[in-house]
Amino acid sequence: MNSNTAAPAAAHDHAHAHDHHHHQSFLTKYIFSTDHKVIGIQFLFTIFVTLALGGLLALGVRWQLAYPWSELPIIGKLLWPDQGGQMPAEFYPMLTTMHASVMIFLVIIPALTGAFGNFCIPLQIGARDMAFPTMNMLSYWFMWPALYFFLSSFLVEGGAAAAGWTSYPPLAGIKSAAPGSLNGQTYWLAGLLCVGMSSLLGSINYITTIVKLRTKGMTFFRMPMTTWALFITAILQAFALPVLTAALILQLLDRTMGTSFFVPENLIVNNVEAGPGGGQPLLWQHMFWFYSHPAVYIMILPAMGVVSDVISTFARKPLFGYKPMVIAIASIAGMGFMVWGHHMFQSGMNPALGATFMVSTMLIALPSAVKTFNWLGTLWGSRIQFTTPMLNALAFVSMFVIGGLSGIFMAATPVDIFIHDTYFIVAHIHYVLFGGSLFGFFAGLYYWYPKMFGRQMNEFWGKVHFAGSFICFNLVFFPMHILGMSGFPRRYADPYSFDTWKDAQPLNQMMTIAAVILGFFQIILVANFLISLRRGKKVDGNPWRSNSLEWHTPDVTPGHGNWGAHPPVVVRGPYDFGAPEAAQDGYLGQTENKYPGVKA
Amino acid sequence: MNKFWIFLFALVPLGVLGIYFWAHAQGGALWFPAGISEMGEDIDRLFWIILGLTGTIFFGVEALFLWFLFKYDGKGRDGQAVKYTHGNHRLETLWTVIPAGILVFLAVFQFKTWKEIKFRSNAPDVPLHARVTGGQFEWRFRYPGADGRLDTPDDLEAVNVLHVWKDRDIKLQLESRDVVHSFFIPAVRIKQDLVPGMKQLMWFKVTHTDGQPAPDLHEIACAELCGWGHYKMKGRLVVHETEADYRAWLTQALAKQNADQADLGIVE
Repeated sequence: MNSNTAAPAAAHDHAHAHDHHHHQSFLTKYIFSTDHKVIGIQFLFTIFVTLALGGLLALGVRWQLAYPWSELPIIGKLLWPDQGGQMPAEFYPMLTTMHASVMIFLVIIPALTGAFGNFCIPLQIGARDMAFPTMNMLSYWFMWPALYFFLSSFLVEGGAAAAGWTSYPPLAGIKSAAPGSLNGQTYWLAGLLCVGMSSLLGSINYITTIVKLRTKGMTFFRMPMTTWALFITAILQAFALPVLTAALILQLLDRTMGTSFFVPENLIVNNVEAGPGGGQPLLWQHMFWFYSHPAVYIMILPAMGVVSDVISTFARKPLFGYKPMVIAIASIAGMGFMVWGHHMFQSGMNPALGATFMVSTMLIALPSAVKTFNWLGTLWGSRIQFTTPMLNALAFVSMFVIGGLSGIFMAATPVDIFIHDTYFIVAHIHYVLFGGSLFGFFAGLYYWYPKMFGRQMNEFWGKVHFAGSFICFNLVFFPMHILGMSGFPRRYADPYSFDTWKDAQPLNQMMTIAAVILGFFQIILVANFLISLRRGKKVDGNPWRSNSLEWHTPDVTPGHGNWGAHPPVVVRGPYDFGAPEAAQDGYLGQTENKYPGVKA
Repeated sequence: MNKFWIFLFALVPLGVLGIYFWAHAQGGALWFPAGISEMGEDIDRLFWIILGLTGTIFFGVEALFLWFLFKYDGKGRDGQAVKYTHGNHRLETLWTVIPAGILVFLAVFQFKTWKEIKFRSNAPDVPLHARVTGGQFEWRFRYPGADGRLDTPDDLEAVNVLHVWKDRDIKLQLESRDVVHSFFIPAVRIKQDLVPGMKQLMWFKVTHTDGQPAPDLHEIACAELCGWGHYKMKGRLVVHETEADYRAWLTQALAKQNADQADLGIVE
C-alpha cells in the first residue's frame, strides 16, 4: 500500500475505537457474532448441512423415478418396515416439495445472498462492517427456525408439506386435501415466513450499507459486479418479498382461522366442507409468483456477479462492457416484476393476459443474452488461467446458455401448452439453478476461500470435484429435456403406469445413477473445504492477483473492522487488468494510484 | 491439462447432439407422442422453429466459447499483453438490437396459434360435447343424451374415458370438484388447468389417427399436482371414426346406465 491511502482523522478514531472491543469470548466471536465476515462464514457452514439435506431428498425422488415401489436403499427398512422399505405414494410429493423448498430457500438464496453477500459487500466497498450488524446477526439466526420447521414437519401427523414448493391452494390450504396438508403445510408456511424475515433483514442491510458506507473513491461505477448484483438483488427482494409474506399469512389464516381467501364457494374436499368460500385459488398463484419469479433472479443475479468477477480475474482482462452488464442486471430486476404470469399460461388466467406476459418474458431473455455476449467478449483476447474458480465460472456460462435458451420454449405460450408441468421445465430450472447458481456458488467458494481462511482449497481435488460435478450434472439433467418432449409429467410417483411413458424408465435409471455419483462428488467438496481449513496451502492476502478491494485488506484474513487504522481509498475500477500501467501479470489494484495527476 | 478442460467443455455441444439423435432413433417415450390434431401440428411446428433458432444460437455461442478457450489459453503466455478494452459500444448495440428483434418476432409469431387454441372468442360454435370434472383422482365426463343438452335426466356419466369422433370440433367444459387439476392429452397437445370455482372451456379436433397403435390408446393425464394420487389420474381418449359410431356407443352406454340404475332402484 502506498501513501495515497492516508486516512482521514475521523476514520482513524473510528478504527481506534474498534481496537478496544477486540477481546471477545468464543460465544460472541463465533456464534452470536455481529461481524459480517463471521456471519457470512456461518451461512456457509449452514449451507453445507442444508445442501446435504436437499441432495438426499433429491436422491429419494430419483430413486422412486428409477425403481418405483421398490425398497429404498439403506433407510427404507427403517422408515417403512411394514411396507418392505418401499416408499408410500403419499411420501413422494413430500420429497419433491421439500427438496425444492430446501434447495431454494435454505441453500441457494442463503448461499449467494447470505454467505457471499455478507462476506463480500463490506470488503468490496471498503466498509468496516454492515450498516446494521445486529440486524445482520438476526438475519442469520432466522435461518434456524426455518430449518427446524422444515425438518420437524416430517415428524408431525400426516407428514411434511406435499403440495409442491408452489403450494397451490386448495391442495395446500385445505387440511383434508392431502396428508401433508394436515399439519405439514402449516410448518412449511411458518418456515417460509422465517426465511422471508431473514431475507428482508439482509436486504435492508445490504441496500443501506452499499448506499451509505462506500469508502472514499468507491463510486457506484467502481463497484465490482458481485456487489452490484447483490445490491440490485437486495432491492428486488425488498420489493417482492412483502407480497409473498402477505400471501403466506393469508394461507396461514385460511388454514388456521377459517378464512377463505383462496377457497371458492361450495368446496367439498374428501367429504369435508371447506369453509364458507368466496375466495379465489388463482389469487394465490398471482401473489406467489409475483415473489417467486423475481426469486428466480434473486437466485441467479448474484451468481452472475460472482462469475463476472472470477472470469475477469482469470482472463487477466477487464470485464467486457461493465456498464452494459450493470444495466443488464438492473433491467432483469426491473422486468422481473412483469413476467410472473408466464407461470400461469395454462392456469385459466385470461389468455390475452398470457399473450402480454409472453412478450415481456421473451424480452427478459435479452439482458441475459447481453450478459453472455459480454462474458464471451471478456474471454476474447484474454490470457485464461484454468483455476478451479475459473472452471466453475466457465461452467456457469456454458450451462446458463442452455438454461436461458430453453426458457424461450416455455415463454412461447403455444409450445408451453405442451411442455408446461413436464420434465422440460424441470430441466430448465435445474440448468439455471444448478448449472447456473450452484456452479456460480462453487466458483465463489473456491475464489474467496483464501480471503476467508488464509489458506487455499486444494486445487487438484477442486478440479476433480469440478470435472465430476460437471459431467454428472449434465448426465442427470440434460435428458430431462428429452423426457419433456414426450410430455413426461412432473411430480408423478409412477409415470410408467402410462403407456405413453413406460419406455422412459431405463433412461431414468441412468439419470439416477448419475445423480448418486453427483452426490458422491459433493463429498469431495466438503472434505476439501474442511481439510483445507487446517492443511490448505497458506497464501498471502491476494493469491489470485485480483484487483478488487476485498483483496487489499491489511491482514491476509481481515480482522474485526477490516481495514486496521486506515480505510482504503479507491482510485479506479475493479477490472483494470492488463492496463498499460499494470504489473506484468496484469494486476492493477483498485487502490493503486498509477495514473499521473490523479488525486487520491 | 488445459486442453483437457477445453475438451470437457466441448463435450457439452457434442453430448447435446448425441442425445438428440439417440433419442430420435429411440422414438417412443423419448420423443413427441404421435400427434392426432391440427393444433398439435401447429404447436410442434412452433417447437421446431424455436429449436432451430435456439439451436443455431447455442452452437454459435458454444463454438465461439470453445474457440476462445483454445486460442486464449494462458499457458506459457505469462506476461503477454491482453486486449486492454472495457467494451465496445457498437458491439453492445448490435447484440442488443438483433436479439431484441428476434425475440419480439418470436413472440408475435406465436400469437395466431395461441389465439386459435385458447381465446374464447375463437371457440367453435358447437354445443358442448361433454363436461369434464376433475377430482381426486379421476376424470368424470358428463355427455348430453338424445336432447343434446347437459344437466338433463338423459345425460350419460362416465369415468376416465372420453369418447369423441374424428373431424369434429369437440368443445369441453372443464371444472374441478376439489383441488386444481390439469387436463392434459399429450397426443392432442392440449392442456388446461381446472380451477375449483371456475369454468374453463377447451376445444380441439382430432383430424388424423393413422399410424396409431390403436385408436383408444391416447392417454389423458393430470398435469397439476393434485395430491398423493396425482399419477393415478389416467384417462383415455377414444376416437370414433364417424359420428354414427359415436352415437352407437352413446346409445349403448346410456342403455347400460339405465339398466344399472334400474337394478339399483333409481328412477329418474
